[in-house]
Amino acid sequence: MTIETTAAQPAAAPAPAETVTMTYSEAIRDAMRIAMAKDPAVFIMGEDVGTYGGAFGVTGELINEIGPERIRDTTISELGIMGAGVGAAMTGMRPIVEIQFSDFTAQAMDQIANQAAKIHFMLGGAVSVPMVIRAPGGSGTGAAAQHSQSLEAWFVHIPGLKVVMPATADDAKGLLLSAIDDPNPVMVIEHKLLYKTSGEVRTGDIRTPLGVAAVPREGKDLTIIATGVEVSRALEAAEILAADGIEATVVDPRTLKPLDSDTILRTVKATGRVLLVQEAVRTLGFMSEVSAIISESDAFGYLRAPIKRLAGLDIPIPYAPKLERASVPQVEDIVAAATDLVRKW
Amino acid sequence: MNTQIVADRELAAASLATMWKIRRFEEAVEDLYGRGLMHGTMHLSIGQEAVPTGACLALNKDDYITSTHRGHGHCIAKGADMERMMAELLAKETGYCRGRGGSMHIADTETGNLGANGIVAGGIPIATGAALSAKMRGTKQVAVSFHGDGAMGEGAWHEGVVLAAMWQLPVVFLCENNLYGMSMSSEKAFNLDQLSDRAKGYGIPGVTVDGNDVQAVYDATKEAVDRARAGGGPTFIEAKTYRWRGHSKSDKNLYRTRDEIDEWRGKDPIPHFEALALAAGGLTQADIDAVRDNVRTELRSAVQRANAAPDATADDLLSAVYAR
Repeated sequence: MTIETTAAQPAAAPAPAETVTMTYSEAIRDAMRIAMAKDPAVFIMGEDVGTYGGAFGVTGELINEIGPERIRDTTISELGIMGAGVGAAMTGMRPIVEIQFSDFTAQAMDQIANQAAKIHFMLGGAVSVPMVIRAPGGSGTGAAAQHSQSLEAWFVHIPGLKVVMPATADDAKGLLLSAIDDPNPVMVIEHKLLYKTSGEVRTGDIRTPLGVAAVPREGKDLTIIATGVEVSRALEAAEILAADGIEATVVDPRTLKPLDSDTILRTVKATGRVLLVQEAVRTLGFMSEVSAIISESDAFGYLRAPIKRLAGLDIPIPYAPKLERASVPQVEDIVAAATDLVRKW
Repeated sequence: MNTQIVADRELAAASLATMWKIRRFEEAVEDLYGRGLMHGTMHLSIGQEAVPTGACLALNKDDYITSTHRGHGHCIAKGADMERMMAELLAKETGYCRGRGGSMHIADTETGNLGANGIVAGGIPIATGAALSAKMRGTKQVAVSFHGDGAMGEGAWHEGVVLAAMWQLPVVFLCENNLYGMSMSSEKAFNLDQLSDRAKGYGIPGVTVDGNDVQAVYDATKEAVDRARAGGGPTFIEAKTYRWRGHSKSDKNLYRTRDEIDEWRGKDPIPHFEALALAAGGLTQADIDAVRDNVRTELRSAVQRANAAPDATADDLLSAVYAR
């Protein structure tokens, strides 16, 4: 069952065969450039998104192409920026709000949770809030506890928000363009470690639909479901596992809400073993929900082994490199857990 | 020199009617609630009617407002339909929010009301955003953010005003200082002679007016709105007024005296306005009686029709969360 919130996506241009190699960060910029060229209502607002080019350089030199009116530098006021996004979105604009680190959404939470997410429902459907919030999450940069969290579960837990976690450059572009089209507030949680990674990205005005999972690898022995930076770690682990004779399917939900449960359950049934991998802390994380969905479904009867979760430790992310690395699942953890699952069961 | 509202028959009658609508609507709400015919909670603005009345008189239909938990008056003054408001409070499908919002979330986008808000100062940055949108779209619309004195302790107030001032947006921050943020007296809370002193710190004009005087509120709002429309940026207005009723149904009035309440009841904005209109010749006693009677009839009919409407339905709740 796909949760029935998927908005009808406007027909995208016929899929162009062409791709180019670009970084995840360039792919996001490409998406914003395309959206802004097409629709004058789209604009970007955030701290240092202008001449500075964004804390992670994602907006880059867009200000030189598009100008300060639509690449709008703000004061350091996350709550104000978010509220301004809500007000603009309610009145005909399609803001893309950039928050420098997803941790800072805590500063803006009233406008995200109590306003943006609820307005459409609470006001009886009279208004919608077509706003995109882009915020990088995740650890691995030595930025410690207030700049490294994976908070996606917060947002999934708030009805009215859609939540997207692109794991590849092409999805970073395609999902963002779908998010901009969407008439609802969409939280796009990017990953800092992915910004400089490269991949083949479809050119032009493409879409990755919201609510459709990707299955970048298929194998018969187990299903690894991973989000964000853990997708590339799962794929790397799958290569190592394959050398050892274990064939893994890797599923990247891409959109956490609405969630493509169909693909998850189909692949779980096919392998009978499931390993869930998230960077976020374990307790009540997104994979807890995935685990529950599998347990409550008919896929449960296909399981040959208990569902296994790999997650971040229930701690704030520490500073020291060794400690930070030990806090979240790494490739070798995935290999070990997968091997254990397949060998034991 | 602005129009003398009390001397202009049409404007005087319209303003008086707006104040009576707010008063009668809220009295009806209070009565229905007291008789157990309405559930939830409510925040009444009885005594404060002159503020939204004077302010909205200075606005065009397509100008925006953001409102507060004490928002019935703003909604009515901006032009909402009392029947749909009452239907909302009575949990009817025909209510403005189809029974999903209630008193604290009534919005009427047709008249530019972006919504009451259950979060203190929640509407401040939203008004900034609406003004930003108006500026970017080049529509010459203005946004007015009604808020209470309590909102001025919130971070959202600060951040919304900072952005509006930086971008010189067409927005008016209109504080209805009813002297208490729930039980906290604004005199105690803010170390200021008047709340408009704060405007200077934000680099925007600020003014304090008598919030029980329709003309004073209108004049200040008109000046601010004209400036905003002409590209002159935001303004802060403090309108001093008083809420006669408690903060909400839980209020036992332990933080203020009977004498104080009685003193402010003596400054009732409605008879004050009527006396001025009679003196200025804008309205005759017959006009005044007619306005009052018409509103009473209109309200009675709104309550009856709202009450007869179908209850809000739970059939499509799940599909109502996301826009399509």
